[in-house]
Amino acid sequence: MKKWIALCAAFLLCFTCVKTGAPVVQAKEKVTLKVYNWGEYISDGSDDSLDVIKEFEKRFPDIKVSYTTYATNEELYAKLRSGSANYDVIIPSDYMISRMIEEDMLEKLDFNNIPNFEAISEEFKNPAYDPTNEYSIPYTWGTVGIIYNTTMVEEEVDSWDILWDPEYTNQILMFNNSRDAFGIAEKLLGYSQNTTDIEELNAVAEKLKEQKIVLQAYVMDEIFDKMSSGEAAIAPYYAGDFLIMQEDNPDLAFAVPKEGTNLFIDAMVIPKGCEHKEEAERFINFLLEPDIGLANIEFIGYSTPLDTVKEQLGEDVLNDGISYPSEEVIANSESFVNLPTDVNRYIDELWVDIRASGSSSVWELVFLIVVIIGLGGALIVYLRRRNR
Amino acid sequence: MKNKMTAFPYLIWMAMFIIIPLVLVVYFTFASEDGGFTLDNIVKISQYTPIFIKSINLAIIATLICFVLAYPIAYILSRSTEHYQRTMILLIMLPMWMNFLLRTYGWMTLLENEGLINKFLSIFHIGPFQMINTAGAVVLGMVYNYLPFMILPLYSVMTKIDYSMIEAAQDLGCNPVKVILKVLMPLSLPGIITGVTMVFVPSVSTFIISRMLGGGQNMLIGDLIEQQFIGSTYNPYVGSAMSLILMVIMLIIMGIMSSFDDDEMEGIVI
Repeated sequence: MKKWIALCAAFLLCFTCVKTGAPVVQAKEKVTLKVYNWGEYISDGSDDSLDVIKEFEKRFPDIKVSYTTYATNEELYAKLRSGSANYDVIIPSDYMISRMIEEDMLEKLDFNNIPNFEAISEEFKNPAYDPTNEYSIPYTWGTVGIIYNTTMVEEEVDSWDILWDPEYTNQILMFNNSRDAFGIAEKLLGYSQNTTDIEELNAVAEKLKEQKIVLQAYVMDEIFDKMSSGEAAIAPYYAGDFLIMQEDNPDLAFAVPKEGTNLFIDAMVIPKGCEHKEEAERFINFLLEPDIGLANIEFIGYSTPLDTVKEQLGEDVLNDGISYPSEEVIANSESFVNLPTDVNRYIDELWVDIRASGSSSVWELVFLIVVIIGLGGALIVYLRRRNR
Repeated sequence: MKNKMTAFPYLIWMAMFIIIPLVLVVYFTFASEDGGFTLDNIVKISQYTPIFIKSINLAIIATLICFVLAYPIAYILSRSTEHYQRTMILLIMLPMWMNFLLRTYGWMTLLENEGLINKFLSIFHIGPFQMINTAGAVVLGMVYNYLPFMILPLYSVMTKIDYSMIEAAQDLGCNPVKVILKVLMPLSLPGIITGVTMVFVPSVSTFIISRMLGGGQNMLIGDLIEQQFIGSTYNPYVGSAMSLILMVIMLIIMGIMSSFDDDEMEGIVI
């Protein structure tokens, strides 16, 4: 029994240690700022770039940045929703921001702490996802287009149609996320990318099912490998990522289809539950500085909403039509807004149906039944023999 | 009393990380979004039956292949010199020291149309073969990743089998097939059951293998569950219901398996 008490005491000791440990950190007055961002989405000091986070910690020695990354908006949402973690600065995309605003998950920003907001281009102020511009400040933007390998595709690419072309059977990749995949088929069929019409969505799902025959795979980040190595010929993806792929494989080219495309904006917001709002605003303001913004844009390859950064970019970047497309392209493009939950769920069900379609389920069922009967039979035979 | 004390830390662990999550899964399965009781979540899953069937089938095939590959290896290993045994076990374990994702990613570069295997074959003007993005590639990924989990339990059981039993059977006129079926198999049954469990269970619920090697077109239950939690819908209710049903299916299959041998190693399987 003595040991039992000792064990309990040891346990309690552990907890008290933790408790007394905390104020020691506070005494140093070092605030930990939790930043949650997309992967590869900040200049991190590799390849002679500027290490933005280190730079920030140098400027504000009393703040320590804890930087983590996520892969999709949905992952970010799930993490915030489940309440398993709290963050001070996050950088979701447009439609996710409107969803978070609707669900009251974001803090209003204090623009007095963010004077650099002035440098944001007029066209990015008061966007559709945050009409009064109280919650978010744009970080980057870009368009979705078709990336293709010029050694494998000789015709001129100007339509989403090519993603359905049987000539390239097994050489086409497609987005492995429902929103982007539906967006492409919606544009091709002439619908809005934010349609909530059930019949239109069904037509889109049919169209995507047709595509399965010519597809090689549904991918997200695997696309870098597959396009660079020449494994696939055609794939829709984000303009900024195309520039990175092109560095590895100069044969790649980029085209924005004539049917129009998706224009996305990733913006900085502060979620509810943030513990250091003022420091978070300081961090956002820091990212809006001209030299920091430039370092980030050069690293990420996406387009900047900052006039002060755009001024510093070379003519060749501004005029190549990839990162900064012409005004016609922008006018012809659409941004995602948040859809009602039931529509989102319906799209998801259709998406599962699309991806699971085409397998011969009858034979699979037969196989399963045969296995079960076999296993059961073996069991019966075995038990009988043993009991004999 | 003393013995129970030492189990105390594990009991806390079990309560916190096994019992409570299980209770939560059951709770979410039968809860509607406004907190009431509902069976909708389970009813909704019926539309995904083909995916369930496919997952179970692929896992069964992978388990069978693993068994066929592992059984002779385990037997040969258990009958060889100690030095040889140690080296071979090390070699079997070696791939497991590498990251699981990396190993699967490696298969991706091997199997691609422009991958190493097809490039090699093209020297002899054969192919290219479509290997990646097929159900076969998914099974291959499962077999490759989980084969050690089949070999090791079989091996450890077989080292304990007295070789004189096999010799006796042979002396008494058993042909080799009968020796395997009547002597070796029954004696190694506990190892077979553990091995089958350890391959089947992770295979049926994997999602990363099917995504990387199946090209997103061979959707399995794991993908489906993942999509409910970090997909665009965020529906933990249906996700939990799927997990629960998957657990029930596994329990049934494991129950059948373990009834093959109920007196020798009770409860080890589950």
